Amino acid sequence: MISVTKVNKSFNDKHVLKDVSVDIPEGETIAIIGRSGSGKSVLMKHLIGLLSPDSGTVTVDGIDINAITYAELRRVRRNFGVLFQGGALFDSMNSFENVAFPLRTFTEMGEPEIEDVVKRCLAMVELEDVGAKLPSELSGGMQKRVALARAVALQPRYIIYDEPTSGLDPETSNTIDELIRNLADQLNVTSIVVTHDMHSVLNIADRAAFIYEGRMHWTGTIDELHRSDDQVLKAFVTANEYKIGLS
Amino acid sequence: MVKQTLDIVLNPLATLGRYSRLLFHAFGAVAELSIYRKNLWEQMVKSGVDSIPIVCMAAGFSGAVSTVQTAYQLVTPLIPRSTIGAIVVPSMILELGAVVTGFILAGRVGARIAAELGTMRVTEQIDALESMGLNSIGYLIVPRVLAGIIMFPVLYVAACFVGIGSGMLIGDLGGFVPAEEFLVGAREFFQPFDPIFGVIKSIVFGFLITSISCFKGYYTQGGAEGVGRSTTQAAVASCVFLLLADLVLAATLL
Ligand SMILES: Nc1ncnc2c1ncn2[C@@H]1O[C@H](COP(=O)(O)OP(=O)(O)OP(=O)(O)O)[C@@H](O)[C@H]1O
Ligand SMILES: [Mg+2]
Repeated sequence: MISVTKVNKSFNDKHVLKDVSVDIPEGETIAIIGRSGSGKSVLMKHLIGLLSPDSGTVTVDGIDINAITYAELRRVRRNFGVLFQGGALFDSMNSFENVAFPLRTFTEMGEPEIEDVVKRCLAMVELEDVGAKLPSELSGGMQKRVALARAVALQPRYIIYDEPTSGLDPETSNTIDELIRNLADQLNVTSIVVTHDMHSVLNIADRAAFIYEGRMHWTGTIDELHRSDDQVLKAFVTANEYKIGLS
Repeated sequence: MVKQTLDIVLNPLATLGRYSRLLFHAFGAVAELSIYRKNLWEQMVKSGVDSIPIVCMAAGFSGAVSTVQTAYQLVTPLIPRSTIGAIVVPSMILELGAVVTGFILAGRVGARIAAELGTMRVTEQIDALESMGLNSIGYLIVPRVLAGIIMFPVLYVAACFVGIGSGMLIGDLGGFVPAEEFLVGAREFFQPFDPIFGVIKSIVFGFLITSISCFKGYYTQGGAEGVGRSTTQAAVASCVFLLLADLVLAATLL
């Protein structure tokens, strides 16, 4: 369970998060939606203590992650797998080594076992053949999928996806959506999916949280999302539907 | 006006504060070095072994030039030619060996470190390391700074040998001073503390260059442009602080 309570965050004079609160119960898949620049990535970085709030609290399993030592924070972070918006693959390592990195660093697994796991993870994102390639030799979408494989390699309890399907073609997007849903179902992970792709939201999320101009404007289930008559939310959803209609 | 004046005083202080804090964290992470051993080895190769050719080349030229210039300045036959060795060798050991190595490495190693870490910062690779529960300072900075402290003295020693050797060779081949006389002069004025001083200096330079460059790279902001800025600043700041340290060490230890 992750609880964000009344979090405020400013950069210089720019007030990015304003009194943001959201609860993410165990086992749930929550979509954090909002327009570009609304503060989704900033919020996501608060969940693992990469940014700390100016005021307010973030608790993970009841632990206030901004009130603990760095060593303790690092232990909390081991429960997370994170897919960053740009992939954030280590560019000095090839795809295989990237996915193997958390396994080599944090487990006692032997090389043959690591090879098995890495191959399985790369197969999940339909990239069995790119193990030997450096990130710079992959397309943006492929980098993102390798990064996704790396994020789930340790079977974390919480997985944060920052725009997992942006920059992917519709077919690959569907594969990734399916993967996210399968991971959530099979391993009972708690998933936080940051996205502005409503198609994904409807596909995978149990609940949505809509950030608008730095505030948590609306939260609710997908059913409630359909029925909501909130104008701002509707505008956001409709803009997306229009795009879906076109493609 | 008051604010501007305050900024001029406070900004360097704030920077120094952040630099010290980074070093403090790095120091705390040394205990975990066993995890980062592979990185240390890699950095020793990248910063040290790979720098040997360029350092030797630079040292070779400065040794040769020292001999030629010293010979040029000693025009009177009243001074024995062995004096050339007595001047070239200590100046190589005391000053040129460490400073030439330092300048070369500020450009070569400092810029590489800042560009590497800066790119990792702006592409969220450092965030990715942290998000896995790794100590990014321990993982990235400790091996680089340690590699500098370990490898710079090695490079310094190599620079001295090559510099003195080439000075002697040029002296002999150029007809300025026979090699035997060069060595006689060198031995006559040799101070055992000189090489110790040089090694101390190269350790300090190694620490300064790598830690300043790590600091600049680790805190890079603002995309590709920011990486370029950090890289330049790292090389420039390394050179400036190297010169400052050179003066301070000479004033206190000699
Ligand atoms: N480190 C930072 N320093 C200064 N400003 C920042 C920083 N990180 C984010 N911001 C600002 O915070 C705001 C929200 O950024 P954020 O990255 O969270 O947007 P987002 O909702 O993820 O958008 P997108 O969908 O385009 O990824 C932006 O205006 C951005 O300029
Ligand atoms: Mg974002």
